[in-house]
Amino acid sequence: MMLDEWALIKPADQLELTEAELKEEITRVLTANNPHAPQNIVRWSFKERTYKPILVIDQLAVHFVMEGSLVHQDSDEGRRQMAKEGVLEETLTVDTGVGFDEEEPETSVKINKHFAELNSDIYSSASKTDKKELKITNQFNFSERASQTLNNPLRDKSCHTEPPPRSNFSATATQWEIYDAYVEELQKQEKNKEKQKAIQTKENDDKSKKIMLMETQSNDVTKVGKAAKILERMVNQNLFDDIIQDFKYFEDESDEFRGQKGTLLPLWKFHYDKSRGLSVTALCWNKKYQDLFAVGMGSYDFNKQGHGMLVFYTLKNPSFPEYIYLTTSGVLCLDIHDQHSYLVAVGFYDGCVAVYNLKQKGAEPVYKSTAKTGKHTDPVWQVHWQNDDMDNNHNFYSVSSDGRVVSWTLVKNELVFTDIIRLTLNGVISEGPEGAQQPYIACGTAFDFHKQIDYLFLVGTEEGKIHKCSKTYSSQFLETYDAHSMAVDTVKWNHYHPKVFISCSSDWTVKIWDHTINTPVFTFDLNVAVGDVSWAPYSSTVFAAVTTDGTVHVFDLSINKYEALCQQSVVAKKTKLTHLEFNPIHPIIIVGDDRGYIISLKLSPNLRKEPKVRAVQSFQTRISADLQNYILFREDKVMPDIHYSGPTKHGRKQMAH
Amino acid sequence: MLTHSRIQGQKGVQGIIIVNSEGIPIKTTLDNSSTVQYAGLIHQLVMKARSTVRDIDPQNDLTFMRVRSKKNEIMIAPDKDYFLIVIQNPSD
Repeated sequence: MMLDEWALIKPADQLELTEAELKEEITRVLTANNPHAPQNIVRWSFKERTYKPILVIDQLAVHFVMEGSLVHQDSDEGRRQMAKEGVLEETLTVDTGVGFDEEEPETSVKINKHFAELNSDIYSSASKTDKKELKITNQFNFSERASQTLNNPLRDKSCHTEPPPRSNFSATATQWEIYDAYVEELQKQEKNKEKQKAIQTKENDDKSKKIMLMETQSNDVTKVGKAAKILERMVNQNLFDDIIQDFKYFEDESDEFRGQKGTLLPLWKFHYDKSRGLSVTALCWNKKYQDLFAVGMGSYDFNKQGHGMLVFYTLKNPSFPEYIYLTTSGVLCLDIHDQHSYLVAVGFYDGCVAVYNLKQKGAEPVYKSTAKTGKHTDPVWQVHWQNDDMDNNHNFYSVSSDGRVVSWTLVKNELVFTDIIRLTLNGVISEGPEGAQQPYIACGTAFDFHKQIDYLFLVGTEEGKIHKCSKTYSSQFLETYDAHSMAVDTVKWNHYHPKVFISCSSDWTVKIWDHTINTPVFTFDLNVAVGDVSWAPYSSTVFAAVTTDGTVHVFDLSINKYEALCQQSVVAKKTKLTHLEFNPIHPIIIVGDDRGYIISLKLSPNLRKEPKVRAVQSFQTRISADLQNYILFREDKVMPDIHYSGPTKHGRKQMAH
Repeated sequence: MLTHSRIQGQKGVQGIIIVNSEGIPIKTTLDNSSTVQYAGLIHQLVMKARSTVRDIDPQNDLTFMRVRSKKNEIMIAPDKDYFLIVIQNPSD
C-alpha cells in the first residue's frame, strides 16, 4: 500500500487514453500455440497430385536439449559394462541408494558410515568369484532378527490293519486239465444258449433250486453209484473167476471121444431173493447188449396168482439184478425191441400189456393197457415187437386166451389197440339158447412171426391147433395144422429156413413142420411134458427143448435125426424147467425153472457144429424121397460174428468181443 | 439193497473205503489207521495213474484199477468226485 502514496509517473511515450477506454476490459487469452510455428505448411500429395495444406501443425517448441551419459543397468549396454568392471556396478547401486537422500535427511550421518562399510564390503566381495546377488536391504532401517518357533513334539502314529485273507493255491497244468477247462467252458456256453432259448418260469427256477439243494445234501453214498457198480462187477469177476474162464475158453475135449453126443456145462446161477415163490415165466436176451437178459416172473398156477416181477440180469454181475420192476400181476411173457433195446413189452396174467422203458428211472411202465383201452380178458401168453409202422410208431402184437391177436401201437403217450384176428374154432357149431350159432373162441397160447415175410405169422391154440395167419386177412386163416393133442406151448419159425417151424406141447412131443405141408416133418417124443423149445441162432438144424422133469434136450438134425445129442438134467428133481433161450452170440443157453432160478449152461463143441454149406448155391435143400428124411441146410452164413469153431486160437479170438 | 452193502457181503471182501476227491476217507468198513493209510497212498496212486492216462489222450479217462498182490487184491474205481476202494482176498 505504500505504492499508492507515490504519485503515478507517466512515461513520456505512454499512450493517451480516456478513462472510458481505460476501464475497457480487454480479454487476453493464453494458448499453448507456438507463435513461431508456421501456419500454412503445404505438402505435396501424390494422390491428388497437388499441393495440399496441412491442417494440423505441430506446436511443439523445443527450448533446451541436453544428452545425458547415464545408462540403465538392465539394458544391454549396462550389463556389458557391469560384466567388464564389477566395481562400477557397486558404485552404481550406491548412486541409486544415494537417491533416497532427499526423503530422509536425518540419516545423512548414517549414510557416510554406510558408505564406508559398503566400500569395505565391496572390496571383500569383489574377491568372490560367485556373482551372488546381494540382498538389497534397507540401508537405513535394517537389522537382522531371528526367532525360533516352538517345535511341536513329533509323535509316531501307526495303524495296523488285518492282513487280507490268504489261501494257498496250487495246481498242475497238464494237457488234460486244459482240455477239461475247455470242455467246461463249452458246456457253460451251451447251457447259456439253452437258457436263452427256453422261457424260464418262476416254477422252473424254484424246481431247479430244489434240485440243486438235493444234490448238495446227498453227497456221500448215492453219488458213488457208478463207481460202486463197476466195483461190484469187479468183485464178482474175482469171485466167479473160474466160471468166467470156463465161459470164455473152456471147450470140452472129451467131445471128440463121445461120438456125436455133447454136454452142457453149468455156468452161473442167477437168483433174486425177493422173487420167492415165483417161477420164471419168460426169458429174453437183449440184442444190443448180449450179456443182458430179461426174466419175467410170475406163476403158472391158476390158484396161486399174486404179484409178479420183471428182472434184468447181466452176465457180468451174477449176484444181483441190474433192473428190477415189481408188478401187480404175474408176468407171463416179455419181448425186448430189436433196435431200441431199452423198450420192453410185457404181458401179464390179468390180461394187461405194458411197455417199460429201461432208460427212464421210474418203477412204473411207460405205457399200460387198461380195461378201457382194450386189454385182454384172459392171460396174455405172448408178446412180440414188430417193425415200426409207416408213421414210425413202435408197435407190438399180443396173443391171449381170449382168442384175440391184438396189435398195440405206441402213439405218443398211449397204447392204441387194433384187433388183428379173432381165433375161432373151425367146424364147431353150437346151438345157443336161442338157437343161434355161436362160434367158439379159441384160446391162443403162442405165436411167432416169420423172420423174412412180415405179414405171416403162426398162432398156437389151447386146442392143439396151429393156425397160419396173415396180418392183412383178419377173418380167415391161411392154413390150420392139427398139431397136438394138448395146448401148444411154443411155436417158433426157423431162423434161416423160410419154410420150417417147430412146435412143442404138453403132450410130450416136439414137432417140426414145413408150412406148406399139413403133417409134421419130424416128431420127437420126449416122454415128458415139454415146456419150451427154441432154435439155435447159429445153425438151422440145432434146437433145444426143456421138459418138466428138469432135463434139457439138444438136437441137431444134420447129425442125428432121431435122438437128442444131449439130454442132461440140470436141476434137482421136482423142479420144472419152464423156459429156454439161446444167447445170440455166445455159446450159452439160459434155462428158467419154476422156483425162480435161472441157470446158464455152456454148449459143448459137439452141439455147436455148423453145417457145411453145399457147393454152388447158398440156399439148397436136399429133398429125399421120404419126407421124414428132410435135411435142412443153412441159407447162408447170415450172422458174421458167430463162428463157433473148436478150441483153436482163432476161435478164441473171435469169441472175444 | 444198496450196492455198497452188497459188495461188503460178498465172499472174500475185507473192506470197502469211499474216499473223496481230496483224499479224505468218507466211509469205511476198516479200522481208522488202516483206512487213513490206504486212502492216502491209494489216492496218490490213482492221481498218478489218471494223469498218465489222460496225458496220453485227454479224451480218455481211467475206469478202474486192480492191484493184485500176493495176499490180496485192491480194486479201485474212480468216479468224478469220489473213488471207491475194495480190498478182496480172491483166493477164498
